[in-house]
Amino acid sequence: MTMKLYGLAMSTCTSKVITCLHEHGAEFELVPVNLQNGEHKQPAFLAKNPFGQIPALDDGDLTLFESRAISTYVAEKFKGSGCDLLRSQNPKEAALVKAWMEVESQQFSPAISSIFYQFIIVPSMYGGSPNQMIIDESSAKLGKVLDVYEKRLSSSKYLAGDFYNLADLHHLSYIYYLMKTPYGKLINERPRVRAWWEDISSRPAFKKVAAGLTLGDKN
Amino acid sequence: MAAIKVHGSPLSTATQRVLACLYEKGVDFQFVPINMAAGEQKSDNFLALNPFGQVPAFEDGDLKLFESRAITHYVAHEYTGKGTQLLITGSNKEAAVLTLWQEVEAQQFNSPSSTLAWELFYKPFFGQATDAAKVEENEAKLGKVLDVYETRLSQSKYLASGHFTLADLYHLPNIQCLLSTPAKKLLESRPHIDAWVKDITARPAWSKVLAMQKQ
Repeated sequence: MTMKLYGLAMSTCTSKVITCLHEHGAEFELVPVNLQNGEHKQPAFLAKNPFGQIPALDDGDLTLFESRAISTYVAEKFKGSGCDLLRSQNPKEAALVKAWMEVESQQFSPAISSIFYQFIIVPSMYGGSPNQMIIDESSAKLGKVLDVYEKRLSSSKYLAGDFYNLADLHHLSYIYYLMKTPYGKLINERPRVRAWWEDISSRPAFKKVAAGLTLGDKN
Repeated sequence: MAAIKVHGSPLSTATQRVLACLYEKGVDFQFVPINMAAGEQKSDNFLALNPFGQVPAFEDGDLKLFESRAITHYVAHEYTGKGTQLLITGSNKEAAVLTLWQEVEAQQFNSPSSTLAWELFYKPFFGQATDAAKVEENEAKLGKVLDVYETRLSQSKYLASGHFTLADLYHLPNIQCLLSTPAKKLLESRPHIDAWVKDITARPAWSKVLAMQKQ
């Protein structure tokens, strides 16, 4: 039975999971969720994710939510297929992957998601104006985090070591959206962060996903 | 000399998360206090352990780690045969349920409960004024999260499983803060959560963490 992923290709959280699925060549069906009609707050979806957020995953008798829990499950399930994003056979490497996954979750995403929300979501979904004070505050925070990344990437090709891993992958969608805004300079001004971004975003699995990241596009 | 070192502060919720895990596992460790009032967490020595300048930092032999949830994840796996079993061993699907509830703590529970802990517990401790609007906003947010927990805990004795796991442990530090504030009503008014809170805060390992604050 094929896995079903409930969400939207343009969503940062859903696309995080789709990228992970593509990296492993895993088969799945993307089942769109109509956010504008409030489908994510209806009983059928709440039965999958009681927090009423996309994505959710059905794999036979297992239902999961929280994008990082889903991607971790996928990476573990498909690790034999020439792709080892968790390094679970090597405790030290696995611990470093987990540490940098937590950095993405606790340090990086709160700052970048604020910029993304104000600059892209508020105008395109709500017709409002970005709150520049929030953007400025979040940019300053993100800059400090990226300064640590810049230093880290001077001694390590990827965040957790010299191997592409799930921690790097989790950054892709938000950075892709950031690069569509003037705040992409936060990445471009830091040479090692920029080189790392160019490397990880050129991976075929992400290129497939990037085509669907259309939030805020005008046409 | 223990191979494991924890650099942190007994008052820091993130440090407490790591200490609780180590006490549950019964592994020896050396605690290295960091003087946060003096800004020691921003010193070059500490930044070499955690470049983000936050407690805790962790060493096990030549492995250096930071981020409390990554440290506890490592400890629970590396020492899986010792002390309390904090993981779900078994199939990948069963283990995924633990990862799920760990993520729920990090993504849904942590932010509103940390804000309430800061406003209602730490700010008075440091002689600063509480922001009533932030308290109201975050009590509402946390209430919605706890409604989901109440349903979950009516179906499962602990969040991820029939036994205590890392997912439950992650909640202890912020819950302990909230219990000494008016926000405790959010926990006490939901019967399954109330029972779960009383259970997990009574664990001997957690009492050892609290005892460190009195030293």
